[in-house]
Amino acid sequence: MRPIKGYEKTFLHDLLKEMLLIRRFEEKAGQMYGLKKIGGFCHLYNGQEAVCSGAAAGMKRGLDRLLTGYRDHGHAISLGLDPQKLMAELYGKATGVSKGKGGSMHMFDYAKGMWGGNGIVGGQIPLATGSAFAQKSQKDGGATIVFFGDGAIHQGAFHEAMNLAAIWKLPVVFVCENNQYGMGTAVERVSSVTDLYIKGQAYNIPSKMVDGMDVIAVMEEVKAAMDTARTKFEPSFLEIKTYRYKGHSMSDPAKYRTKEETEAFLAQDPILLLKSRMEAAKLITEDEYKELDKQLKEVVMQCVEFAEASPEPGYEEIYTDIYA
Amino acid sequence: MAIITMREALRQALDEEMTREAGVVIMGEEVAQYDGAYKVTKGLLDKYGADRVLDTPITELGFTGLAVGAAFAGMRPVVEWMTFQFGLLAIDQLIHNAVKYRSMSGGQFKCPMVVRGPNGPAEYLGGQHSQSFASYFVHVPGFKVVAPATPYDAKGLLKAAIRDDNPVIFLESEMSYGHKGEVPEGDYVVEIGKGDIKREGTDVSLVSFSKPVLMCLRAAEELAKEGINAEVVDLRSLVPLDEELLYSSVRKTNRAVVVDEAWPKASVGSWIQAKIMLDCFDDLDAPVEFVSSEDVPMPYNHTLELEVQPTVAKIVAAAKKALYRS
Repeated sequence: MRPIKGYEKTFLHDLLKEMLLIRRFEEKAGQMYGLKKIGGFCHLYNGQEAVCSGAAAGMKRGLDRLLTGYRDHGHAISLGLDPQKLMAELYGKATGVSKGKGGSMHMFDYAKGMWGGNGIVGGQIPLATGSAFAQKSQKDGGATIVFFGDGAIHQGAFHEAMNLAAIWKLPVVFVCENNQYGMGTAVERVSSVTDLYIKGQAYNIPSKMVDGMDVIAVMEEVKAAMDTARTKFEPSFLEIKTYRYKGHSMSDPAKYRTKEETEAFLAQDPILLLKSRMEAAKLITEDEYKELDKQLKEVVMQCVEFAEASPEPGYEEIYTDIYA
Repeated sequence: MAIITMREALRQALDEEMTREAGVVIMGEEVAQYDGAYKVTKGLLDKYGADRVLDTPITELGFTGLAVGAAFAGMRPVVEWMTFQFGLLAIDQLIHNAVKYRSMSGGQFKCPMVVRGPNGPAEYLGGQHSQSFASYFVHVPGFKVVAPATPYDAKGLLKAAIRDDNPVIFLESEMSYGHKGEVPEGDYVVEIGKGDIKREGTDVSLVSFSKPVLMCLRAAEELAKEGINAEVVDLRSLVPLDEELLYSSVRKTNRAVVVDEAWPKASVGSWIQAKIMLDCFDDLDAPVEFVSSEDVPMPYNHTLELEVQPTVAKIVAAAKKALYRS
């Protein structure tokens, strides 16, 4: 665990609040899915909150860009997308971030640097190199970070993008969010190596493993990598070890894991780990935490109310947003 | 007017658009130091430098996806696929990203890029290098797809494609790079979505795109010897399709032959054939004929490979059949 000393109380408080908001948002999304208010695939982020929150805290807002896979609700919240509009998107409503045309897997906000939300495993990785290519070419001073799972690392897209980023010196940070299962398949069953970060060495890209349950570690490593990308045009690769509490998607009871394994990770819950460090430093009390949690439960309830009250998109929307 | 090759017309279009806008970059295998596998990008590296004319590794998915991302960020990349056969490795990046981002984001993204290169049968190349994949892109909503047959159209359409804010699939032909034609000096564009009557006629419409248009023109000459006055409709643009021009030709001649060098099943040609039959049913005096490649992998043997593809003789025969003169 990295020390929290040196960080402002408000900063740590905001980080804790954001992670807890993501947790409560995902729980509510799961609940609404169960009530059939949300359909299709719905991949929840519970347990991985420190990854997107830490990473977003290490980015420069308005300058940097982020791409991820289909487990994207947390990244969207971390980049400052309105949770009410995210819930409305899950409902397929006209007020959703993508006007109800994207859904759970496709959360976007171009202006905020949220470049999705992608449903093809690993398909977003080449796009990130393109974003970074443009950032370097246009000299806009930004960098791009791209997230993908341990399942994506065997795709050609990952390897082709890593090589291009290295030879063209692109300001991009590759992040493998290793939650240790590609759907129901344990990573060691399908990977020739268990430490995935070593694959970066083949492309001469600086690579390291990061504890994804420690939001401070994630933030510090992502910040360093993004700074290097922005200032030196050098790509980096981070393998961030994490764990998803829920199944792959709502239809997955996750019977391929043992109760003991899941419990071991629950014991190092990223939210509780930050909270306990803040408590030890007298930056938050149990009562304050409970009050915060109560507020956030209210926030996600309002998300549901907003989504419920929002209109369906009109039929005329079928033929819009196809050609520019 | 200058008479130049298709290759030179394409090169001029790239050159002029690169001068016109700094965001235009070219990337692909051998496009820079080697001057392009078919020399379409000759001299551009020297003129615009290695930041704008980029040799890529052999990694179609990787550099095509990179170009899509750069286009989202406001650049105007022109991707050269050495051939559309290799492009199959990259098709995921186009179908799922180039095209879908706009729709999935509710209109927040646009993808101003061009993917160009040779498509369709060439010669002596066997099963993996002699195929037309036009229908793969025409099938997916969100692409624009163009397929010029002449140097004039190639230059004007490529300039229009580079200026377009959508992903444009630009189909060339290996066998046509040396084909010559008149091209005016200076700037002009051919509007995407507009077909062209390449030969006026009254008796039957020969409808095609890309290289087979030239074959239709030769077939029309043969038919003229027998007193048949054929009209040649060059679609030029497959998406959007110039239905107005196509249907007005068919309504004039009342007979049509569609020519497509792709395989017949679920092809652009079969789609055009069906559209004419449905939308011009009352104007037709005969079923619409269709000349395509045979429904087989391309053989290497030259006699066989020529027999597999549309020929002037096959088009002439189809036209006569439509005129009940066979």
